[in-house]
Amino acid sequence: MTTEPPMTTTLTPDTTIDGVATLPPTEVDQPPAAESEVPEQEREVVFRLSEVEVFYGAARAVTGVDLDIARNEITAFIGPSGCGKTTVIRSLNRMHDLTPGARVMGTITYHGENLYSGKVDPAEVRRRIGMVFQKPNPFPKSIYDNIAYGPRINGTRKRSQLDDIVEHALTRAALWGEVKDKLKSSALGLSGGQAQRLCIARALAVDPDVLLMDEPCSALDPIATARIEDLMHELKDNLTIVIVTHNMQQAARVSDRTAFYTAEPDEEGRRVGKLVEYDVTETIFTKPGDPRTEGYITGRFG
Amino acid sequence: MTATVVPPAPPTPRSPSGSILRPRKATGWRRFKSGLASVLFVLAFVAAAIPLIALVYYVTREGLKVFSWEFLTTELPFSQRSVDGGIGPAVVGTIVITVGATLMAVPLGVLGGIYLNEYAGKSKFGALVRFLSEILTGVPSIVMGLFIYTFWVLRVKEQTGFAGSLALACLMLPVVIRTSEEMLKLVPHELREGSLALGSRKSRTIRTVVLPHAAPGIVSGSLLAVARAAGETAPLLFTIGATQTANWNLFEGTNTALSVQIFGNANSPYIPAQERAFGAAFTLILIVFVATALARIVTVVYTRRVSGKS
Ligand SMILES: Nc1ncnc2c1ncn2[C@@H]1O[C@H](COP(=O)(O)OP(=O)(O)OP(=O)(O)O)[C@@H](O)[C@H]1O
Ligand SMILES: [Mg+2]
Repeated sequence: MTTEPPMTTTLTPDTTIDGVATLPPTEVDQPPAAESEVPEQEREVVFRLSEVEVFYGAARAVTGVDLDIARNEITAFIGPSGCGKTTVIRSLNRMHDLTPGARVMGTITYHGENLYSGKVDPAEVRRRIGMVFQKPNPFPKSIYDNIAYGPRINGTRKRSQLDDIVEHALTRAALWGEVKDKLKSSALGLSGGQAQRLCIARALAVDPDVLLMDEPCSALDPIATARIEDLMHELKDNLTIVIVTHNMQQAARVSDRTAFYTAEPDEEGRRVGKLVEYDVTETIFTKPGDPRTEGYITGRFG
Repeated sequence: MTATVVPPAPPTPRSPSGSILRPRKATGWRRFKSGLASVLFVLAFVAAAIPLIALVYYVTREGLKVFSWEFLTTELPFSQRSVDGGIGPAVVGTIVITVGATLMAVPLGVLGGIYLNEYAGKSKFGALVRFLSEILTGVPSIVMGLFIYTFWVLRVKEQTGFAGSLALACLMLPVVIRTSEEMLKLVPHELREGSLALGSRKSRTIRTVVLPHAAPGIVSGSLLAVARAAGETAPLLFTIGATQTANWNLFEGTNTALSVQIFGNANSPYIPAQERAFGAAFTLILIVFVATALARIVTVVYTRRVSGKS
């Protein structure tokens, strides 16, 4: 990785206009709203987290997460290892339901509906809110069947239709060229980076509204990473993306907004993750409002 | 940047031969321990293999003396002294009774394993089921035979192959439950999450991702249970009665089985009967072997089909 300046993309800058006033205010100056790509009134809130806390058993893993995630934007979660990025992103599609002992407190709404209401169908939540995991997890099935898995759940049976979906998804995830001649062979024979792109393709194949990506590029080479980043830019027009990344340049390159988390000891000395700062990416990287954010970012950029 | 003086790193340690790849010289004591361990391993293997090889060799040698297509298909002789006759009815009985037991115990056992591992979690009922099934594992097979005798045979007032199947199924069930649960436990959690994250429901996830992954292990475990059951004598003694002619009907009429024939004939003072016992024992081993091989092939083909080639 080179030390290119973090900002290579145009960002939607302003947070202080009505309608998105709930996006966390910052103490630093904002760039003028005139340059905004997306007109403010169109930016609707997809997720609204207020006072979210997640517990694993009795242990509090993250606390005090208040943030709004806007539609058709890329929101990046950054922060040191163990600060709760994965924990928060998993709470957005109710993945914690599957972890015995995990509890999500506070409220998370999705397009205004309480995500954790008893009336909500978690399967429907996860169909709309796709996820790419930190560790690639291809099914022990053929490459084709991996991608076709989601569409089949939703009732797509026609072979020609599935063929199209598979090709389209693999192409978008920059994997088609490498696997088009071995769609019938096991997905377990793929390299780590290929498997991760397969998982991205698998998530795209169900055509979700939101894509949650937990360090999707940590096993990818720079070429594949660039392809995935391009894909994210492309996808942004149709869906909302939340990405966890340890790569500062990546966060700066791709995201519109960045949330910085850190883990600090609570009153009893246990380390608990918390949201430190959430703002437009450019602000986070150029004029962070919190010295901890600045320390983390500058530490990385040396 | 200021240049700091770094002390030179110590050279890579080398063995006296100057190579860094060849082993460094082991001390005499270490070498002795290593050698001793190797010898013990080989001895342990031989000790384990000798009875197995001896058994298969002896049964095969003795069994082949009488083994023939005739032997497999003709009816039982009326006298133990007779040199004629075969074990046809017993072959038929073993097949229908074991297949019947397998059809009852394996699906039920796999469902039980799925319940315990996927649904019961830490619930009280789950713990109870697990506990009871463990107790069931320890029940002697003769007790299982008596249980079916009092609860089924005395009630329907007829000894049938099916009663024998019931007894064998009771023996197999806890083993199948246990293996299924253990095998399902080995399925990586990430796979379940991957499926659920695509909007799949739990039942579908189990059917399409979890079970295919656990299938080879479940089949192996179930096969062991089936093979054990096929050789059981005690549960059949009271339940299936006896017959001289082949009875393919599991639900009507008395039946017989290879294990019962081995038991009866091996106790006999007459040489032809003893030879028939060896023949029957060899046949039983053969049937179990063939069934195991078939089941393995089916699993391999099935897993290939769901997981793609390579
Ligand atoms: N399943 C779990 N059970 C118990 N504790 C957990 C579990 N998952 C995470 N934790 C704890 O919660 C805290 C936050 O973990 P999390 O995985 O969210 O960190 P992260 O920010 O994603 O870190 P990384 O960058 O290393 O992936 C950690 O202290 C971790 O030990
Ligand atoms: Mg993580």
